[in-house]
Amino acid sequence: MKRFILPLGVFAALLGFLWAGLHLNPREVPSPLIDKPAPAFSLTQLHVPERQIGTRDMAGQVWILNVWASWCVACRQEHPVLMELARMKLAPIVGLNYKDGRDDGIANLQRAGDPYLVSAFDQDGRVGIDYGVYGVPETFVIDKRGVIRYKQIGILTPEVVTGTLVPLIAKLNKEGGNG
Amino acid sequence: MIPELGSFALMLAFCVALLQGVVPLFASLRGSAANAGAARWMAVARPAAYAQALLVTFAFTCLVQAFVANDFTVLYVAAHSNTLLPLHYRISAVWGGHEGSLLLWIQILVLWTAAVAALSKQLPAEVVARVLGVMGLISVGFLAFILWTSNPFERLLPGSVEGQDLNPLLQDIGMIAHPPLLYMGYVGFSVAFAFAIAALIGGQLDAAWARWSRPWTLVAWTFMTLGIFLGSFWAYYELGWGGWWFWDAVENASFMPWLVGTALIHSLSVTEKRGSFKNWTVLLAIMAFALSLLGTFLVRSGVLTSVHAFATDPKRGLFVLVFLALVVGSSLLLYAWRAPQVGLGGRFAMFSRESLLLVNNVLLLAAAGTVLLGTLYPLFLDALGMGKISVGPPYFETVFVPLMAPMLLLLAAGPFLRWKQAGFKDVRSLRWVGVAAVLLAIAAGVAVGISPLLLMGLTLAAWILIGSVWHLLQRLRVFEDNRTRLDHRLSMLPGSYWGMLIAHAGIGVFVIGVTLAKGREISHDVPMRSGDIHHVSGYDFRFVGLQNVEGPNYSAVRGTFDVTRDGKHIVTLLPEKRQFASGGMPMTEAAIDRGPTRDLYLALGEEIKPGNWIVRIQHKPFVAWIWAGALLIASGGLLAALDKRYRLKKGKA
Repeated sequence: MKRFILPLGVFAALLGFLWAGLHLNPREVPSPLIDKPAPAFSLTQLHVPERQIGTRDMAGQVWILNVWASWCVACRQEHPVLMELARMKLAPIVGLNYKDGRDDGIANLQRAGDPYLVSAFDQDGRVGIDYGVYGVPETFVIDKRGVIRYKQIGILTPEVVTGTLVPLIAKLNKEGGNG
Repeated sequence: MIPELGSFALMLAFCVALLQGVVPLFASLRGSAANAGAARWMAVARPAAYAQALLVTFAFTCLVQAFVANDFTVLYVAAHSNTLLPLHYRISAVWGGHEGSLLLWIQILVLWTAAVAALSKQLPAEVVARVLGVMGLISVGFLAFILWTSNPFERLLPGSVEGQDLNPLLQDIGMIAHPPLLYMGYVGFSVAFAFAIAALIGGQLDAAWARWSRPWTLVAWTFMTLGIFLGSFWAYYELGWGGWWFWDAVENASFMPWLVGTALIHSLSVTEKRGSFKNWTVLLAIMAFALSLLGTFLVRSGVLTSVHAFATDPKRGLFVLVFLALVVGSSLLLYAWRAPQVGLGGRFAMFSRESLLLVNNVLLLAAAGTVLLGTLYPLFLDALGMGKISVGPPYFETVFVPLMAPMLLLLAAGPFLRWKQAGFKDVRSLRWVGVAAVLLAIAAGVAVGISPLLLMGLTLAAWILIGSVWHLLQRLRVFEDNRTRLDHRLSMLPGSYWGMLIAHAGIGVFVIGVTLAKGREISHDVPMRSGDIHHVSGYDFRFVGLQNVEGPNYSAVRGTFDVTRDGKHIVTLLPEKRQFASGGMPMTEAAIDRGPTRDLYLALGEEIKPGNWIVRIQHKPFVAWIWAGALLIASGGLLAALDKRYRLKKGKA
């Protein structure tokens, strides 16, 4: 008898999630990485495989790390916001091209536009693991001392940019490099 | 005036659907056909089904008329069409948005219902009453949905002078046919569902039941196959980056019911031939339709981000969710209550065709489950407050291939095994099929370049194809007795056998296409200006020049590329970048030279400097085989559905 009720139970659980899904949209999540030093990495650049890019290159300035991939549907949605953010020149944006093909990644940027100062090529996703990336896109704001001050899971919206990123980066830019 | 008539027809249809859903169903519970009173009430079902079909068709025609006549006092028309839009796109714009696609859904549902009403003369009256009653209740839900949340006839007063536009991506021949075909599949599963519910209510589920529901399920499945194929075919040339399957939430929404539907048609064959898998078949029928509804929910509610998010509204999502809960919840409840009575049916040995088909079912269901998990994972995380993410092809490819590989391996062997109890000698000859498949795959692999995945794909494909041919030869007993003539023996084979063989061969062809297109594709993105030549896989692409062209509702830049091979002219490709008059992003119109063993795919990217364009040139081997495979699979389904035995009047078999 019990096994005939099982499908109903599974379905009920599914309904619960779907119902919750209708009401949920907030994208902010606390992360254990906040106020911790950004994990150091050095990867080949997406466009120039001979050259490296890493945390050391960005030290001493406020910068943004954005995790993206050409296969990521949500990234396509986020892309115009990133382009706008790049245009504001608040802070350099470094892309972390996550579990992607080099050609696909480059093609994606050529087609849609490239908001990044440079993109690091994280083919096997190892750096992504260090940063606790469990989905794409994710965005980190890292201060002059190399500490993660903000993490966005999911896409950046214009509201997040104007409401959170702009004031945060302005504040971080005023902070001292060693304080 | 006409839109009001349409609205009114929908309200009447709602009342008729209510009648059709409630009266015959209750009458069928009260008494059998022998009871004259109950019989009279049950007989309401058929005329109600016809009346409903007429009313909804009338409403649908009203909406088509509003589009054809550019009636911009109708909000839905103003939002999805304009005067510049060519007539055939104005008609397809009827289902280019939420309200209209919902009306199309209902239109197809009432047509299926009317078809069941017309073609069910040989069924017992209670069964007809129950099946049509269940379909009437489904219709009630959808008509309520459209009338209360998304009426396509809503007025815009004062009217607009000019409409907006149909999403340019949807302005395409493929998009005219894709939604109706897919909906034919989605909605067609409602027939299998209604039969399953009728069986649960009646508590009897026998071979005759399976024989009634099988052709309906096969036809629905065929439409669904075609619908998915067309969507993929469309994405390939219209989205401009040369992919054909993106594991996008909405694609998955159509793929899950297809997978479960595939399990269902196999399970139904066991129920028909052997009387086994009864419970299981009923559950699959419920699940296939539940997933169709879930697909509708996912597309219509906007709970998931998707490239398909053309029209979404959370309030409507709530309605579909409640409806989903009622329909699926009550049928699973009914299942939990009645399934123990229905029983499992005939027994079978560990090594038999039944057990192999059971493995097939489990694998297909597991595949559907992983797709469901991947599709809803972002939602689960979000619901648990763990953030918004996107699950992409890396996940799906990682989990899907290992599930499908054993499936393909068993696929060729299945037909060789006997029902109930198979022996090793049934499959002994398959050794040589296996050897031949491996040799053939290695030979092909040497020709195009070996990699493990490529070799696996080709071996499996060859195994299926050779296995299918071998099975046909065995079945025809080409090597045994020659007393009857070969053409006679050929004509003796039933349609369902040909259907199975062709669909299985189609899978083989499809696997070849996918393996080679994925494994051996070459894609270059290069900046080019006129006069430049770029080489890809032995082809020279010369950028001749650019010109401006004017379409009916867009202006475009068209590039001319001469393609030559060893100095010989192959084709001239004319990719376009279109800017639609209604505004929005420019659209990429790729130029494709299709061939049996390769497609040349060329798309204009961005203009980086005046006259200097990023051009995406792709050499994609064997893409045509993907489409050919899909079409073979669909024709297999159709052939099986047309099998003569479903049209024989068996009476109370």
